[in-house]
Amino acid sequence: MDLTFSEEQDELRKVVRSFLTRHSTEADVRRLAADPRGHDPGVWRRMAAEIGLQGLAVPEEYGGSGFGYVDLGVVFEEAGRALLCAPYFATVALAAEALLRCDDEAARADLLPGVASGETVATLALTEDSGRWDEPGIRLTARKRAGGWRLAGVKTYVPDGHLADLLLVAARTPAGISLFAVAAADAPGLTRTPLPTLDQTRKQSRIVFTDTPARLLGTDGTAWPALARTLATASVLLAAEQVGGAAAALDASVAYAKIREQYGRPIGSFQGIKHKCADMLVEIESARSAAYGGLWALDAGDETAIAVAAALAQAFCSEAFTKVAGDTIQVHGGIGFTWEHPAHLYLKRAKSSEVLLGTPAYHRELLAARLGI
Amino acid sequence: MELDFGPAVRDFRDELRDWFADHLVGEFAEHRGVGGPTDGAAWDVRLAWDRELSAGNWLGVGWPKEYGGRGLGLIEEIVFEYEYARADAPYRATVNALDLLGPMLLAMGDEAQKKRFLPPVLAVEELWGQGFSEPGAGSDLASVRTRAERDGDVWVVNGQKVWTSFGIHADWLYVLTRTDPDSRRHQGLTLLLVPTDQPGVEIRPIRNLAGQDEFAEVFLSDARTGADLAVGEVGQGWRTAMATLGIERGTTLLPQQLTFEREAGALIDLARTRGALDDPMLRRRIVDAWISVRIMRTTNLRTIAELTAGRTPGAQATTAKLYASTRHQQLGHLAMELAGPAGQIVGEGYDLDTRQRSFLLSLAETIYGGSSEIQRNIIGEQILGLPKEPRP
Repeated sequence: MDLTFSEEQDELRKVVRSFLTRHSTEADVRRLAADPRGHDPGVWRRMAAEIGLQGLAVPEEYGGSGFGYVDLGVVFEEAGRALLCAPYFATVALAAEALLRCDDEAARADLLPGVASGETVATLALTEDSGRWDEPGIRLTARKRAGGWRLAGVKTYVPDGHLADLLLVAARTPAGISLFAVAAADAPGLTRTPLPTLDQTRKQSRIVFTDTPARLLGTDGTAWPALARTLATASVLLAAEQVGGAAAALDASVAYAKIREQYGRPIGSFQGIKHKCADMLVEIESARSAAYGGLWALDAGDETAIAVAAALAQAFCSEAFTKVAGDTIQVHGGIGFTWEHPAHLYLKRAKSSEVLLGTPAYHRELLAARLGI
Repeated sequence: MELDFGPAVRDFRDELRDWFADHLVGEFAEHRGVGGPTDGAAWDVRLAWDRELSAGNWLGVGWPKEYGGRGLGLIEEIVFEYEYARADAPYRATVNALDLLGPMLLAMGDEAQKKRFLPPVLAVEELWGQGFSEPGAGSDLASVRTRAERDGDVWVVNGQKVWTSFGIHADWLYVLTRTDPDSRRHQGLTLLLVPTDQPGVEIRPIRNLAGQDEFAEVFLSDARTGADLAVGEVGQGWRTAMATLGIERGTTLLPQQLTFEREAGALIDLARTRGALDDPMLRRRIVDAWISVRIMRTTNLRTIAELTAGRTPGAQATTAKLYASTRHQQLGHLAMELAGPAGQIVGEGYDLDTRQRSFLLSLAETIYGGSSEIQRNIIGEQILGLPKEPRP
């Protein structure tokens, strides 16, 4: 039993934090938030070349480093702290994971090395206009024609869909839910429209498929369990990212409460502010337990425990981050309400992340179903 | 859930499980889960159970052998507490001496004190009560006014203490006194060990909101104790007292959380019986109650993992109490709501059922051991480094 971080994991955290302190400054975040592409390909390449972040948890046989989910969680937590603007969640938490879970060894061998090396930006296109993350929400159709499979329909709210070289698309065939790969750059019948996002640090797209050729991954009609498992992993990693964001917001609140004076003393000496900050830390440490519990479950590999921990992590960490980000604005007062101050960047990331993989209410229902409630 | 620390500890665990199987029977088994930090129910049975544990040498697992303990390490202590809670054995009547006085003496006491006082604790021959709080010194413990003066080779103690848990049963008290009359606040305090069997000590029970005589007020009128019974240095009583408070938490929250898990399970069963799971509002609160106890579990496991790895526990060790106490109260409210109209009715002599008792007693959890407001000050100042409130 080991529910603590190893020295190597502490070291990994230091390395990632140091990298992001240099390459994801507030100025970088603001610049990329305003940029429609929303990411810096140079930094993306250095993430891969210098510390191998894209391939960290990809098994060595597919060109990755073969680390575990606790290690990957450390990276997501740090990325959340720094509000990293990059297709990291889309590529690593969604697409790489979907490839690892699907039952298609050939596709893994073909596609994962590019993802692991940082050469391929990838994402998972699952949600549609209904905004649903469950199986019945998948309506986009795939039909087998003479020349292969063709996709028809619309995906939306696709994280970093405008950037992705590789789209993994959940579709419905006569046999059921199936997963397809589309090489976005040269695919005919593919229209990608960036959506202006409330959280400008994470871009989303609407993607229209019109008779678009696609490669079936695995056995036709059997993809849902692998997709559900992918979403469980992504839920835990998103929770780690949320913990990091909340921790950074609290750090900012505390730093401000120490220097901002009213009535002749720092506002952090008043219990009204001090206790609010303390409650924020209680929320964050509890969220850490929820997220870390998920990471440890992922590495331990028990499927029931993973499903429970993942739903719990999203149900709890989503709301915790939003609460902490909102309180951060409150601690800062008027300045926290401005565009100039970074507090709103965290609030918007929090509010958007809260529904990114389904609402907290949805995750509570997933949890209730798992517990037989 | 299994706590597994490897083969050596597994033998210890199996020995303990076998012992529970053989000894947690009859009247003891009928009192499974009875009692708590502020619950004096079935005192005599629980005291007998403590003696049973003592006979099996299961008290003081981590205490040195020379004082009657087993001389084992932190991991065994944790396993003991966990297995104890898992067996749902009656809450130990001697918990105050085992969890607070003993560790304090081990850390700060002199050799003679350890030899004199520790073995009778483990033999359940002497029971202890805490004399810290006073009518004018609750959260602001440093304002204690109980005076102790030297008169030849004895201390003479005058003052009043309050909220002494299970005080009416105490043979001895560990009392925070002011020994330097000119001192202020944290200075000039001394921790004294005072026998209760003397004319100068009067202990009166205080009835708590659940109708139990669980705690007490203590009147010290020229109470006497030996000059050799100051723990730690004279004038350094604050340090000694804080050492006691710092000892808590590491191992104490784990069994508590198992109790909460049991309550959450019972709550879900009750909700199912009542058809309440179809009500979306109640359903949400039920799932949240389950989430809370699971988060408590992981938080405790994080702290245990850090302690057993020889690391300093992180911030979660400090936030855990605030989270657990608050969430447990919510669980109590929800259980009462699910109980419906029947929850309004108690037994003869104000006899409460488990749900009613747990709900009412949970209100103490945000007060004892440092109230939630004090917890927030500690988190704000010691963890986050926010400035202290200026003193007027």
